[in-house]
Amino acid sequence: MVTVASVARPRPSDAASQQAWDIAAEVCDPEVPVLTIEDLGVLRSVTVTDAGTHVILTPTYSGCPAMEAMRDDVTAALTGAGYRNVTVELVLAPAWTTDWMSEEGKAKLVSYGIAAPTGHSGVRPTGAVRLQLAVKCPRCSSLNTRELARFGSTSCKALYECRDCLEPFDYFKVL
Amino acid sequence: MDHGQAPVATEPDAHGHVDVDTVQLSAELVEAASVASHDVAEYALWLGDDSLVLAQHLGWWISRAPELEEDIALGNIALDLIGHARSLLHYAGAESGRTEDDLAYWRDEPQWRSAHLFEQPNGDFAHTIARQFIAAHYLFELYSALMESTDATLAAIAAKAVKEVDYHRDHSIQWVLRLAQGTDESRRRMITGLSDLWPFVDELFVDEPLIDRLEGVAVRPSSLRATVEAAMIPVLAEAELEVPRGFISSGGGRRGDHSENLGPLLAELQVLARAHPGAKW
Repeated sequence: MVTVASVARPRPSDAASQQAWDIAAEVCDPEVPVLTIEDLGVLRSVTVTDAGTHVILTPTYSGCPAMEAMRDDVTAALTGAGYRNVTVELVLAPAWTTDWMSEEGKAKLVSYGIAAPTGHSGVRPTGAVRLQLAVKCPRCSSLNTRELARFGSTSCKALYECRDCLEPFDYFKVL
Repeated sequence: MDHGQAPVATEPDAHGHVDVDTVQLSAELVEAASVASHDVAEYALWLGDDSLVLAQHLGWWISRAPELEEDIALGNIALDLIGHARSLLHYAGAESGRTEDDLAYWRDEPQWRSAHLFEQPNGDFAHTIARQFIAAHYLFELYSALMESTDATLAAIAAKAVKEVDYHRDHSIQWVLRLAQGTDESRRRMITGLSDLWPFVDELFVDEPLIDRLEGVAVRPSSLRATVEAAMIPVLAEAELEVPRGFISSGGGRRGDHSENLGPLLAELQVLARAHPGAKW
């Protein structure tokens, strides 16, 4: 059965590939180092065969420069663990969405000081108003916050401020 | 050496090692065409060149926008567009054995396929916002429709791009409203920006002969006009801006006839790669 969890984290079923998956899954996002690529839902497939180890990642944003670093880190982690002929490929389909981020990952984000995505992705039909659920301040948990800038320190984040504790914070945008 | 050809054809990775990723599809679709036909490659160039030219313009704003948040916003939008351009040019180049870098750095002006709108200069901030407003609305409807393409690679690129362009569209709408409803000066500039850019809207909806050969693959430009206009006009109404009237640009970008702005832009885009062929970074 295809569940949300199996789409978000398609861990392979054979034992050899699972072992390699678990190593690749430890690699962290270079910009948000508390999140692993598995938490993010960026790790899509790991296949170990006699020919080598093949990993598929999907980019969060089309132009995200962190993808190059993630690819190098995955290659290094697997090579360091003794895997040979490691190839890492980027695929675009199905398109990544913040819906694939794990609950554990969202909790880690918040404790790191970044508000986790609220609500689910979905492109609005033309003319529809973007409906933004209240974003909770990761420091004081107030819902009395406002967006300062939709484009923040990286492609995936917006800049917010809390009107209660007055601190600015990053918000991981729904995509 | 032919104009617009990379000088080192025998050395495949000679033009800088920016990693090129195959736009692959999920496992069950890998069998589907991942090398475009000549016509599909040409269409991918249309779309890729629009995004790359716009991204190159937007990058100029970094450190020059009216506020720090805007430096970052326009930089991030440019980055998304470069991502789209890389995917599209990579796909376009596969047909002729050229890399995305070859296509970006070693084509001369007549070989580019960008529409004139994307080539228009940054002007003042209101001009850039007017260009963004039109471009993002067009790209949003284009990619929304292209998701249904029978070409699996184009559909995959579109499905990724449309979610990002949705944010670009929102960004431009907010600025159109702010500038139009701000001070007399910001309103005056918004009106000027919009009327200077509006002549280039028409070209976006012109069906070239290529489109007839790509039924089901490409999005017919004329089919987008109604939805794009229907999305823009209410925003202009809310901003109390009139839809500009006046002359319509003759266009021709898809055939390689460009505005006077593309040459200088390409000179800057290409100078480093051409001055140091084979340089890696």
